Amino acid sequence: MSSRAGRRLDGMTQPRHDDARPREYAAAMPVVRLRQPLKRLAGDRAEHPLEGATVLELMHALERAEPATGGWILDERGHIRRHINVFLNGERCEAQTPVCGADRVDVLPAISGGATA
Amino acid sequence: MSELMVGTRKGLFALAGEPGGTFGVVARAFAGETVENAVRDPRSGRVIASVTSAFYGPKLWYADDPGGEWQQAEGIALPEGGDAALERIWTIVCGEADGQLFAGGDPGVLFESRDGGETWALNRALWEHPSRPKWQPGGGGLCLHSIVTWPGDPQRLAIAVSAAGVWLTDDGGESWRRGNRGLRPRYLPEDTPEDEIGLCVHRLHRAPARPERLFMQFHGGVYRSDDAGESWTDIAAGLPSDFGFPLAIDPADPDCAYLIPLTGDTDRVTPDGVVRVYETRDAGATWRPRGEDGLPSEHAYLTVLREALDWAGEGQGLELYFGATSGDVFGSGDAGASWFNAASRLPPVLSVTVTPG
Repeated sequence: MSSRAGRRLDGMTQPRHDDARPREYAAAMPVVRLRQPLKRLAGDRAEHPLEGATVLELMHALERAEPATGGWILDERGHIRRHINVFLNGERCEAQTPVCGADRVDVLPAISGGATA
Repeated sequence: MSELMVGTRKGLFALAGEPGGTFGVVARAFAGETVENAVRDPRSGRVIASVTSAFYGPKLWYADDPGGEWQQAEGIALPEGGDAALERIWTIVCGEADGQLFAGGDPGVLFESRDGGETWALNRALWEHPSRPKWQPGGGGLCLHSIVTWPGDPQRLAIAVSAAGVWLTDDGGESWRRGNRGLRPRYLPEDTPEDEIGLCVHRLHRAPARPERLFMQFHGGVYRSDDAGESWTDIAAGLPSDFGFPLAIDPADPDCAYLIPLTGDTDRVTPDGVVRVYETRDAGATWRPRGEDGLPSEHAYLTVLREALDWAGEGQGLELYFGATSGDVFGSGDAGASWFNAASRLPPVLSVTVTPG
C-alpha cells in the first residue's frame, strides 16, 4: 500500500512490472487481470484495460464491459466478495484504493474460501 | 430407473438405479462447489441447480443433462445498492403454472421463474414486508427453505422461513399473511406474545390429495394443519424426539407423513445411534419406526438435513430417499418397509431429489 501511494504522490506513471502488459495500452489505463473462471466469463481474455479511479470503480467498469461477470466479484451491495482478494501491482489492496493508468490489478480467489468442509 | 440429484458440500452427484436394486453415480457436476439443491423439472426435463461458490457467491444453473453444459440463470440477486446480499438459495420447487418455478433462499427471499428457470424475479411483496426488520436468522441463516404449492392453483402458496414462521398467499405472491396460530416454540419464554415472528420452522409439506392439510417439522415440535396453514395442532406424541429437519408425504394418502427424528437441538444426530424413518398413517395420531429392514441399527449417528429427504410415486410403491452428512444415501421402493444403500462415501449430503423412471 505504501509503495502504491508513494508512486502516486511521486507522479510516477510507469508500472514496476510493465513487461507483463501489452504495449498498446501500457500507459493509457489500469489493467485488470483475471484467472479462471472469471477469465472465461470475460470473453476468455485475461487482461482488461479499464477506466476507473479506484479498485471498486474498475470492478464496476469490468461488469459494464463484460456483463457475464456481474455478481461474481461484487455482491449486490457493491462490496467485493469476502473470499475474493484484489492486488494492486502485487500488493493486497482495498476497494477504495486509488489506481492510475500504469497500474495492474489482479483479482484472485482467497485461500480462505476453500475452508468449508 | 429412478434418478437422484444429490447436492453435496463438494458438488452435484446424479445417481440412477432401480428402487431396491443398485444405484450408481452417472454424473458429477460443480466439482468442489457447494450444491445446495438440484431438481429435474419433469415438465421440461431440465435440471436446475443451486450452487454457492465460496468465492463467487450463490448462483442458479440449468442444464438438460447434469453431465453436460450448464447455463447460469439470470435474475438471482437482491436489488443493487441496498444493505443486503443474497447468501444462498436453499430450495428449488416446480410451480403449478406452465414454466413456473420457485426458489427460496437467505435472507428470507423468494424468487419466481416463468420460463423454466432461465430468468428469475424477486418477490417484492415478501422482500418489502413491513415485518422484515423483525425477522431473525436460525442457525443456517435466514433461510426460506419450504415452498408449498396448491395443486392446480398457482395463486396459492405456503412458504416457511427459519426463523420467521409460515407465510401464506392467495394472490400469487402479491400479498402475504402469517399462518402460525398454535405453534409453541420452547426456545422462547412461555408468555411470549402469539404474534411473535421468530418461529423456527424446519420443513413444510402439503398433502396433495387434501390440499388444506399440511405437515410441519418445527424446531422442537411436529404439527399438522387442516385449514391450509392458518392454525396448527401438535402431533409429536409417540416420536422418540420432536426435533428434526426433513419431512415427506405420500401423495395418495393425506393421513401419511414421514419424519427422521434427531436427538435434539444440541445433539443433531439420529437417537441412540439408530437410524429410523418414522411414519404416520393416521395424520399424526400414532407413529411407527420404519427401517428395521435395511437401515443402520447401531453406532450410526447421522445428521439428515431438511432438503435431504424426497419421494416419488405413491401408495405401496412409494419411493423414499434420504442422504446424510456422513455421505450415505438410503432408499426404499416400498413405502419404507425395506431399505437399501443407494450410495456411500459421498461428500456431506445437503439435499436429495428424486425423479421417477
